[in-house]
Amino acid sequence: MIEEPLVRWDWIARNWDSGSPSAISTLLENHVVTAFLPVLLGLVVALPLGLACARWRWLYQPTAALMNVTYSLPSLVLFSVFLSVTGLTRATVVIPLTFFALAILIPAVVDGLASVPDPVRQSAVAMGFRPARRLLRVELPVAVPVVLAGLRVATVSSISLVSVGALIGQGGLGNLFIDGWQRQFYTPIVVGIALIVLLAVLADGLLVLAQRLLTPWSRARSTA
Amino acid sequence: MITFEGVTKRYRDGTVAVDDLSLEVPTGAITVFVGPSGCGKTTSLRMINRMIDATSGRIALDGQDVREIDPPTLRRGIGYVIQQAGLFPHRRIVDNVATVPYLLGWNKKKARARAMELLELVGLDAGLANRYPFQLSGGQQQRVGVARALAADPPVLLMDEPFSAVDPVVRASLQDELLRLQSELRKTIVFVTHDIDEAVKLGDTVAVLRVGGRLAQMAGPATLLTEPADDFVRGFLGRDRGIRRLSFISAKEVRLGPAPPDLVTGEDGRPLGWRTGDGLAAYGTFDPETDSLRAALDAALLSPNGVAVAVDEEGRVRGVAGRDAIDELLAEYAPPVRGAGSAEEAPA
Repeated sequence: MIEEPLVRWDWIARNWDSGSPSAISTLLENHVVTAFLPVLLGLVVALPLGLACARWRWLYQPTAALMNVTYSLPSLVLFSVFLSVTGLTRATVVIPLTFFALAILIPAVVDGLASVPDPVRQSAVAMGFRPARRLLRVELPVAVPVVLAGLRVATVSSISLVSVGALIGQGGLGNLFIDGWQRQFYTPIVVGIALIVLLAVLADGLLVLAQRLLTPWSRARSTA
Repeated sequence: MITFEGVTKRYRDGTVAVDDLSLEVPTGAITVFVGPSGCGKTTSLRMINRMIDATSGRIALDGQDVREIDPPTLRRGIGYVIQQAGLFPHRRIVDNVATVPYLLGWNKKKARARAMELLELVGLDAGLANRYPFQLSGGQQQRVGVARALAADPPVLLMDEPFSAVDPVVRASLQDELLRLQSELRKTIVFVTHDIDEAVKLGDTVAVLRVGGRLAQMAGPATLLTEPADDFVRGFLGRDRGIRRLSFISAKEVRLGPAPPDLVTGEDGRPLGWRTGDGLAAYGTFDPETDSLRAALDAALLSPNGVAVAVDEEGRVRGVAGRDAIDELLAEYAPPVRGAGSAEEAPA
């Protein structure tokens, strides 16, 4: 081993915002987009699918099974499948990650709706809510804490999974790992890991904050 | 008035929850459906606001068949109090209470003003209005449940075991509160419970249902206690029917005598005890204005000499009633001779 320091600060300074496609700030930006897009898409798809699964219970088992199988596939395999369709683009990473997000978010929506206490649902019926309004005004709001918990897991795992996309040059900060391994140069690897962890912690913190603002009634309940 | 005419509820698997139920729920009074689990009391209640639809038969609200009314519209006109309150956890108390007014399209200001009135009516502090349900005790939540049911001033109130999830002390105070409210509001209330004591305490009329959803007996609570229709009703009412019946006779008519010298009273006129050789002995009191004959008898049994002390609302001695005085009244209210009573026959 060559005597190589773990972190070379001057390299970081030079490559932070160099303007090249491999500048750290550019990679960070790509990473954020590639990580959040699947979660966002996943949520948009999971809400109606989760509602459908909660409404027609027979739909839930096959959907959950399908999603779990998808989740168990190594991400690399999924990437190569989509590689032949979408090529070396961001979509090749975003589409598989969306499936991963769905595997977490669909059960979260279903469990969230199941977490609505029976007396709450029944009293909503007895007060004279019609089904659509009951869903929007009572059931979904009460399901929010469980859905948000799923969203936290989906977000953090998506942030970490993006780096695998580096193998096709779409890995955001993961590209730094390839760079580091190839050159036996630790600094990019350390920077990559640190920024990914930081990003995950920050995203999770924001979601916790969102939960406190959105559901003041549930935060206090859990500490009561 | 709510009328059940030959109402039957049969589930797809063949279970019969309610079997050919015919009865009338009078306007402005509390009617209690009571019975063991599986007797169809909750099902019967929920068929009134169509949370469950009857398989056959007819339920009419002031003559109109409930099946002719769109369920949400029907339900907005009927108050409903559920077990464990069923408050919306994500809404503040004031908005929970204003639920039905909001559904009816009242503006927010008017709905909230109405909700505040109701919180006061059910004895809750206005300071609770902006709290969330989890911040309230079980008893307080149940009061909010009652306030929410009354928000749009519906003529009919359905109460499904509303007080069964709270402890006995809180339950008793909620029951008293309901009776106080009812004396002001005169709603048509259908109250479901499995607790016969609750039924006897609250009901103007009590309908006892047996497993399989059949009506065993429907009568006033005093009649029910003296003249149960059959062994099932007798068994369900339990022990001490004779004593419990005395709760329905006012102690007002008990003949009071002057307080004898051996009743020691304090300067404020309140009793201290009966003078005996060794000092003061225990005593029992009752207030003839508000208490029942049961309380008077109980007071007599608590004194060593069998004399009950009558007090006024301040607790000052008004006189005494010996067991002979109590016995006179007991004789007057003796149950009617069998055959001369008005007990309803149980369906065969």
